[in-house]
Amino acid sequence: MALLDIKGLKTHFSTDAGVLQAVDGVDISINRGETLCVVGESGCGKTVTAMSILKLIAMPPGKIVEGEIMFEGRDLVPLSSRELDDIRAKEIGFIFQEPMTSLNPVLTIGEQIAESLRRHEAVTKKQALERTIEMLKLVQIPNAAGRVHHYPHQFSGGMRQRVMIAMALACRPKLVIADEPTTALDVTIQAQILDLLQDMKERFGMAVMLITHAMGVVAETAQRVVVMYAGKVVEEAPVDELFGNPRHPYTQGLIRSIPRIDLDAEHKTRLEAIGGSVPILINPPPGCRFAPRCKHAMSICTEQEPRLREIAPGHRMACHLGDAS
Amino acid sequence: MSQYILRRLMIAIPSLLGISVVLFVVLALAPGDPFSELATNPNVPPEVQAALRAKFGLDDPIYLRYLHWITAMAHGDWGFSFVSRVDVDTLILQRLPTTLYVVGSSQLLALLIAIPVGVYAATRPYSLFDQLANTFAFIGFSLPTFFTGILFILVFSVKLDWLPFVYTSVPGSGIPWLLEMIRQAIMPVMVLGLFQAASMTRFVRSAMLDVIRLDYVTTARAKGLGQAKVIVKHVMRNAMIPVVTLIALQMPAVFGGAIVTEQIFRIPGIGSLLISSILANDTPVVMAVTFVFACLVVLFNLIADVLYGWLDPRISFR
Repeated sequence: MALLDIKGLKTHFSTDAGVLQAVDGVDISINRGETLCVVGESGCGKTVTAMSILKLIAMPPGKIVEGEIMFEGRDLVPLSSRELDDIRAKEIGFIFQEPMTSLNPVLTIGEQIAESLRRHEAVTKKQALERTIEMLKLVQIPNAAGRVHHYPHQFSGGMRQRVMIAMALACRPKLVIADEPTTALDVTIQAQILDLLQDMKERFGMAVMLITHAMGVVAETAQRVVVMYAGKVVEEAPVDELFGNPRHPYTQGLIRSIPRIDLDAEHKTRLEAIGGSVPILINPPPGCRFAPRCKHAMSICTEQEPRLREIAPGHRMACHLGDAS
Repeated sequence: MSQYILRRLMIAIPSLLGISVVLFVVLALAPGDPFSELATNPNVPPEVQAALRAKFGLDDPIYLRYLHWITAMAHGDWGFSFVSRVDVDTLILQRLPTTLYVVGSSQLLALLIAIPVGVYAATRPYSLFDQLANTFAFIGFSLPTFFTGILFILVFSVKLDWLPFVYTSVPGSGIPWLLEMIRQAIMPVMVLGLFQAASMTRFVRSAMLDVIRLDYVTTARAKGLGQAKVIVKHVMRNAMIPVVTLIALQMPAVFGGAIVTEQIFRIPGIGSLLISSILANDTPVVMAVTFVFACLVVLFNLIADVLYGWLDPRISFR
């Protein structure tokens, strides 16, 4: 049984212009101890999918209209926010994108990590502080015992993301959702944070759902990859399979848009971009949502929505192109 | 920190001097003469008048008069009232406690209303409660205190005869006296407090709404802390930073607004002292009271800055 199994999740937002179908029928499953990457452009619904799991989206205007989120065999969708509080941080930890704004500026980092421990575990104030210092040491913050009493503004971006990781892992959750944890960081720091995440994952044996738009991050960390486009999953495959044999035109476009440094000068070509932009998800037209930007679009693509189906073991995609073969 | 306060107080000296110059010049240029009554009194011979004017230095050039005043002030001599022949500092000290009592209680009332209402409204934006709170707040600060004051007097004193509408400040002690002091303060405190609460509620609400959608609040919710703890510990703590600063900065204006309320309810406070001395051309009192108000402005600015730094660890006192 998968640790987390999202089936047919639809999260919609009511806006003045109409209903925004941010996540529109997403299936994602994560096994214990596995690293799953969810990739896609900004606005494709990756973050909303992740936030829906713990109902961290603003409700209203957001609403989970359909689907189920099975965590260890228990559906999280019908749970109230109060009931979810026992799962938040304890079972599922969250690392956010912006380390600069995701920490409360008026509380010390120690307090912010310890409050999670005190909420979920029967520890005294002193024990919580000790565990907090221990966590800070694990995420390699120098002089952890002294730094624990510092405020977020006294840390650099990379250090703050380490604090966020310590916070997310403090209660030893079974699943950690990292929403673009390296996007806001310098390239050199990015690699350090990804390594740290990998380390922590091996140490605690947790599953990681890593949301990113950087294909480089995917190649480096993932075991399995889910590609999302406009609120839907368009392709899902083990990482080698996805990079070696991408089947969906969108995935192919994403991979071609990665800069190549392994080619010598004469073979270098202009970086290929995918033309157009992500569609607005209010009353989207029928058919495949990628069709307007797709080089291979056929007449059926604007009429009928392609279904996600298995084309090889562990490799699923949603495109009419595969139908013929 | 104490060094910072000391330095800020040092900086305050030149600005207070500047304020005193402006006040002094404006009052000197204003029409009206404290001795105008003497001039029209046929029983006072002109030479006596001239002697008096010379004695009090009223015919000296303005800068000399200012120098006299400022050196006397520096020695703790605030001058004396031409009208009541009482030292100005005694007069102010007599009146100040009443004003502080009324203004202080009304601020407390305003905070007790504004913070819970504003916070609760912000956690349920656009709900019925929020809409009602907004409507009342809007009505509250649209109605000037001189209007609501008279309305209150009409309803609670004239029609219902529940509360006295003239404030008396006879010194006394004992429970009955204390109860009377509270009873007569109810209306002015309500009028001032509700007016303040109206604008404060809106401010608390918007400060809360600004914070509630920030990333670190989502982080706190992701820790499973529960709504109440997230709101109080993470949202309120941050939202109160601008609110506290604003309240501290508003305090001088509150004292100014109290002048009107003091007139309506006949409260013998510092505001009514100012009005009566202006009407009587009692320059030393006017000068001293306006200067006290100026000091309050400077003081509350300093308090606002200190509070800001105390509440927000990102601000350092340098």
